Amino acid sequence: MAKIFIYPTNSLILSDLVERFGHKPLAMMEKIREKITTVGVDSPPINITPEDPKLGLKYAAVEVPAGVRGRMSIVGPQIDEAEAAIIVLDSASAFGCMGCARTNELTKFLARQKDIPRLEVKYPRTEEEGKDFVYQIAEFLKSLPNEEDEE
Amino acid sequence: MSNSDKVKIALVSCGSEYAGVQKELESAASSLNAELVYPEMDVSSLDTIGKEFGLEVASPDLRLMMARAKAVVEGVAPVDGVFVATCFRCAEAAIVRNEVRRYIFEDSGLPVISYSFTERTTAATLLTRMEALTTIAKSKHLLARENQEGLTAGIDSGSTTTKAVVMRDNEIIGEGWVPTIKVLESAEKALQQALDQAGVKREDLQAIGTTGYGRFLIGDHFNADLMQEEITVNSKGAVYLAKAQQGDATVIDIGGMDNKAISVQDGIPGMFTMGGVCAGASGRFLEMTSKRLGVDITELGDLAIKGMQKNVEMNSYCIVFGIQSLVNSLAKGATPEDVAAAACHSVVEQIFEQQLQEVEVKEPLILVGGSSLIAGVPKALKELLKIDVVVPPHSQDIGAVGAALLVSGFVDKE
Repeated sequence: MAKIFIYPTNSLILSDLVERFGHKPLAMMEKIREKITTVGVDSPPINITPEDPKLGLKYAAVEVPAGVRGRMSIVGPQIDEAEAAIIVLDSASAFGCMGCARTNELTKFLARQKDIPRLEVKYPRTEEEGKDFVYQIAEFLKSLPNEEDEE
Repeated sequence: MSNSDKVKIALVSCGSEYAGVQKELESAASSLNAELVYPEMDVSSLDTIGKEFGLEVASPDLRLMMARAKAVVEGVAPVDGVFVATCFRCAEAAIVRNEVRRYIFEDSGLPVISYSFTERTTAATLLTRMEALTTIAKSKHLLARENQEGLTAGIDSGSTTTKAVVMRDNEIIGEGWVPTIKVLESAEKALQQALDQAGVKREDLQAIGTTGYGRFLIGDHFNADLMQEEITVNSKGAVYLAKAQQGDATVIDIGGMDNKAISVQDGIPGMFTMGGVCAGASGRFLEMTSKRLGVDITELGDLAIKGMQKNVEMNSYCIVFGIQSLVNSLAKGATPEDVAAAACHSVVEQIFEQQLQEVEVKEPLILVGGSSLIAGVPKALKELLKIDVVVPPHSQDIGAVGAALLVSGFVDKE
């Protein structure tokens, strides 16, 4: 099982595909769920605490907008943890809307900087492209070490 | 108070919940008995809104902002006002923020304010802006008052100076002005000055209104009938003093620590911007300049009138680097007159660049606040905008006058 960083980081489809092939998706929604369900983190539940943009300083300097650093405080550690990455380019918003463009640029950059297996694939616009899209992702995921290999 | 009494404010943002300021926004809203709402829209609209809006941006969250703005205009979520917020320093967001605000204001008539936040933005900073939004949304009747009645006082506890006026039957009969040191003591002194000049006793006052940074503290102290933020109060005071209560007007208030540019319609503020991130565009900069030139702040204006700002190179608008530029210029032989003119020009230019481009400038342009008395400032503004600048009598007292005028609404009820 490998820890797979996905982009868009909140894509349910990518997250599901990764799980189906026996790997662990590193997804934004999982971290947000932790944030808003952990008692005592903050009330009312909010995506990040006022402290988080400071933690984001590890990934983006102080002159970068607050929202970029806040988002990077969640995304950054996931990239650090990743053993492989799948990046879907030019996706529709419904596929996984990663909101802040500047964060997106930085996220993709940091994922590309890491020396890990990486698949970059264009978002499909036709049925044929759709099949090829899933095939490419499936082949990539199969090529990664899974639990059985490790045993 | 029931939920139905709450002022509903649509939060149109590209992700304040990721910038560490969400709690502050919620806290500012709840302290005003307001509720933040998030207008719903169809996710598919995110792919088309850019083209529809005419602004095709890279950021999906900014597209979300535009889609939410459209939902507000179409009345998907009934709201009383709109708060538009994006990150400070994001250029793409700055463009969208401005256009979204204009679009909502023009197409819905709802009061809109915008703000660019940093992670350090606090509820206290947001309070004045949100308070103005809720007042405009809920209390238009209060702002409809055109004449002062009875014997009332207004006190404006500003960041630098505290002003007080006593008014009787639509006339200013007493004025007080003191530097703000200890908020309560300064307010006491300013009110006493105004009472002495008016020749009336405090117990004769029928109502007291407070405004400015210290409005709540001094409001409680004087048992005020009205404690109101300065956007609505100053707008009212400015159009009252300039005799421009009907129709369009633009109010520019250069204060000690922040500036306001307000577009006013029939005495009610519409779009407005409130500076505050930078001190280089405020009265403080002029104060420091006059200190460096060794003249009293009241003499700076006359000095500036005689000078040529073009003879001094200002490399920065920052208060620190700005003063450095002025010091360098003096060292190179620039005259104090030129330096004074450059300082006035710099303040005005920065207001133009940071604030006036977000507010539609409609005549008359009314310049108020302490800095309006420095003659170089209205001169520089007139030169820059190429339109007449009105500095009404008592222009430094507009907050206090506005408060005394508005609070006279409470005299009726007695």
